[in-house]
Amino acid sequence: MTIAFTAKGLTKTYGEGRSAVHALRGVDLEIPQGEIVVMLGASGSGKSTLLNILGGLDHASTGTVHFRDICLTDLDDSGLTRYRREHVGFVFQFYNLMPSLTARENVELVTEIADNPMRPEEALELVGLKERVDHFPSQLSGGEQQRVAIARAIAKQPEVLFCDEPTGALDSATGRAVLRVLNEVNQRLGATVLMVTHAANIAGMAHKVIRLADGQIREVEQNETRLSPEEVVW
Amino acid sequence: MKPLDRKLLRDLNHIRGQVIAIAAVIAVGVLLQVMMSGLVTSLTETRRAYYERNRLANVFASLTRAPDSQLAILAEIPGVARVEGRVRGAALVNLPDEAVPIQARATSLEERGEQLLNQVYLTEGRMPGQASRDEILLLAGFAAAHDIAPGDTLNVTMNGARRTLRITGLAQSPELLYAAAPGQMVPDPARFAVIWMQRTSLAAAYDMSGAFNEVLFALGRGASEPEVIDRIDSVLDRWGGTGAYGRDDLVSDRFVQEEIAGLETMARSVPPLFLAVAAFLLYIVVSRIVQSEREEIGLLKAFGYTNGEVGSHYFKMVLIVATAGAAVGCILGILSGRAMIPVYTKFYNFPFLVFRPDPTSFVIGVGASIAAASAGGLFVLRRVFALDPAEAMRPPAPADYSRTVTFDGPVGRMLDQPSRMILRGVARRPWRVAALIAGVAGGMALSAGMTTIYGSFDTMQDLSFTVIDRSDATVVFNTPLSEKAALELARVPGVLRVEPTRDVSAILRNGLKTQRGAVSGMIADTELSRAIDKDLRPIPLPERGIVLSQSLADILEIEPGEMLTIEVREGRRPVLEVPVVRVARSLIGTPAYMQLDALNREMKEPLRITSARLMVDPARADEIYATLSDMPTVAGVTVAEDLQASLQRLMDEGAGSARYIMGVVAFVITFGIVYNAARIAQTELNRDLASLRVMGFSKGEAAFVLLGELGLIMLVAVPLGSVLGYGLSILIAKGFSSEIYQIPTGFDPWSHGFAASFTLAAAMVSGWLVKRDLDRTALIDVLKSRE
Ligand SMILES: Nc1ncnc2c1ncn2[C@@H]1O[C@H](COP(=O)(O)OP(=O)(O)O)[C@@H](O)[C@H]1O
Ligand SMILES: [Mg+2]
Repeated sequence: MTIAFTAKGLTKTYGEGRSAVHALRGVDLEIPQGEIVVMLGASGSGKSTLLNILGGLDHASTGTVHFRDICLTDLDDSGLTRYRREHVGFVFQFYNLMPSLTARENVELVTEIADNPMRPEEALELVGLKERVDHFPSQLSGGEQQRVAIARAIAKQPEVLFCDEPTGALDSATGRAVLRVLNEVNQRLGATVLMVTHAANIAGMAHKVIRLADGQIREVEQNETRLSPEEVVW
Repeated sequence: MKPLDRKLLRDLNHIRGQVIAIAAVIAVGVLLQVMMSGLVTSLTETRRAYYERNRLANVFASLTRAPDSQLAILAEIPGVARVEGRVRGAALVNLPDEAVPIQARATSLEERGEQLLNQVYLTEGRMPGQASRDEILLLAGFAAAHDIAPGDTLNVTMNGARRTLRITGLAQSPELLYAAAPGQMVPDPARFAVIWMQRTSLAAAYDMSGAFNEVLFALGRGASEPEVIDRIDSVLDRWGGTGAYGRDDLVSDRFVQEEIAGLETMARSVPPLFLAVAAFLLYIVVSRIVQSEREEIGLLKAFGYTNGEVGSHYFKMVLIVATAGAAVGCILGILSGRAMIPVYTKFYNFPFLVFRPDPTSFVIGVGASIAAASAGGLFVLRRVFALDPAEAMRPPAPADYSRTVTFDGPVGRMLDQPSRMILRGVARRPWRVAALIAGVAGGMALSAGMTTIYGSFDTMQDLSFTVIDRSDATVVFNTPLSEKAALELARVPGVLRVEPTRDVSAILRNGLKTQRGAVSGMIADTELSRAIDKDLRPIPLPERGIVLSQSLADILEIEPGEMLTIEVREGRRPVLEVPVVRVARSLIGTPAYMQLDALNREMKEPLRITSARLMVDPARADEIYATLSDMPTVAGVTVAEDLQASLQRLMDEGAGSARYIMGVVAFVITFGIVYNAARIAQTELNRDLASLRVMGFSKGEAAFVLLGELGLIMLVAVPLGSVLGYGLSILIAKGFSSEIYQIPTGFDPWSHGFAASFTLAAAMVSGWLVKRDLDRTALIDVLKSRE
């Protein structure tokens, strides 16, 4: 089993002095390649902070993170930019589509700068939006927008897909459709999927579940049997 | 096309109103730059080529009369390359449909061989025949004004004798680029003629056979003009020379130079103002976009777009607007430059004048627009770079109002919630609001300043013709006459009042500062022509001493109490020392006034007069002017009405026409700023406004919050703009003023009111456009969108 991420003694402090917020208080973890990993925890427990550091969006205060043999904590801004460009895809809670670009163009935004992208249409077909490639975000429902966001994230065929509460703004039926797509991406592309959520039920479909509380890892759990996305309820 | 570029175009299209408003401001700045500097090059180049091709002399001298033998002596002066003697005389042209004979100047043509200096430029017809006694060339501008063509005859009074002359051709001359009648500041093509005639016949008419009374010099390379002038003066002194002078003192050239210098100043000072405003607008608009696209920027960065790639996306936006504006400005600049050419050919007798845009002005115009816009853009880029990619992951935080005003006091309690929203909004971004105020005030200032100038031109005319010179006509005599001549004029039926004047041509000197001009001696109790002070009260002329116009005092850098040296250039040519007693307000030219008696006393001459101002019975005016013109002693009659009309034309179509352009242009700025300010306020407040609506506030109440801020901005900006405009009008008046005319300044309530109402109108239209948009947007869309 190859390890995708290794983190050691990771801390993150926002602000200074008395108003300092310790978002992460010493996190050690390993994430194997090709798995779906779900991070659970109450709001404010540091899930997003951890995800952002692993995704190269943010710098850790202390500690080290390795992606394979790349030491992320040693990289400067442009190094991190390259890391994100070459290896990583993101899906956000608020979709974050460019309102002035169509679904296809939103995907092209990423394929444009990727080394080995799939065709935007192909990515959109994968998320079941073949018919809606030329629609603008304002003409799409929330679930559809999120699927465009996923298509955008997977179109570059990333090795890792980071999803911060991808179903947070969706009802259960639409959410399930999104989960199905993520599962498929993991299986078809072999991408490692790191998903943050506060909905415990989603954990059922993961290979591995990491529980965070108060900036620390409380528990790591390996699922013996995984639920299919259809079976997830919340 | 790259998706980001597509986004760029769609975003630009989305805010096209703002884009157009900003591009228009840039376009106008570049337009002025291209037009004015193009006119400068065209005028300068054409003038240079014309002077060179038609061999304009370097030094000119007039004298009473000298035998041709003196020319050889003059030619010996070191530095003189060529000498040419001419005969010149005053004449009157009598046209059947003009009651008052027209002042004219007759100039001799070299008979043998080619004219060496000041060659005429034949626009039509042919040169007069060698031996012909009555063939002439006529000034083309005059011929055009009266529909005269080669082959026609002209009735001319020369030296008291009436003659009928045949016109063989029409001509222009490099010494007559600006052809105003002697002693007049404003050219009136219909009222001033120049005729050219073979030297022998002209000499015969003026008793100048074998002699000359005007001489032209071309200088050799490296010759010192002042030295040559000194030598010439010493030769011509005994022949009644009035003092040689260089091209700089040639009236025609002086006017052209003034015009070019004025254009140059404007080209240098006005366009940067526009570009600065445009840069500022671009900055607030684009930084506003960046602000609202924080998350998109974070997202792009999260996907691995580099700072450079993201930055260039927003930078391109700035560049597109700047380049588009500049390109349109270049095209419009060429078009308006071309449109201005006829104005110049109307007032300046160029044989050819094509608008040639100055290529460097494109480079400067486009370059400066891009540079200015980039300066605005760079500030924005800093923000783009600073943006954290993790931003995209975070839910939007409510805007921070924590460090803002509270409304605890008694005043605060009187404010309703919408008013508080307005005030808090202002308090939260004081710099932005201050900048908007500065921008609107700048637009208002420009507009108030320009409109004031517009009014000043009228005031100037009004003062000139109703306060300073109230005469109906001026009669100029051939030679200085005794006072009896005035009595003779007074006897003509219908002449109500005659005020004799003596004009003495002289060089006025204060140390190293000199000015060629004239001193006017006027009767002590003058009514028709007066020197006035700042408050428009007539200044009584002193028993001793001189009153100088402000413009002249400025040139000579002299103040009341100091002694002025007057080097008289006629008669016995005395050098006088007189004290400057007062300085008078001046509007046209650079006059100097003395009491007639005092002047004659200083000249140690019996009472002499050279002209007279008249008040006449309007019903009999034409008849009176005709009678006067027929008097053998009269060189010409100038009618105040004609003068006023030609001044008006000069103001409207000549240099003064720039003010119309400036006015329009100031309005464009105001609208550009106000519209953008309103639009930005709208995008910023969109969500708040929608929330208000959801809570049950009416559309009007919601709009109040939006437009309230705009109202506050206007409330401060308009008075501020008025103050700035006042200052600006003084500066512009200085820039526009020349020796030809001085523009009076002052606070003109009408102009400021006019500018304020346009500024407010621009604000209202902008507000209306924005409110219309506000009413159209569906509530839900706004609330669903993240911003
Ligand atoms: N940019 C920031 N500045 C200050 N504090 C922050 C910032 N981002 C997150 N925090 C704080 O760090 C803690 C962890 O935040 P986060 O990782 O977003 O939690 P989660 O995603 O688990 O809800 C919270 O207490 C949050 O308030
Ligand atoms: Mg979170």
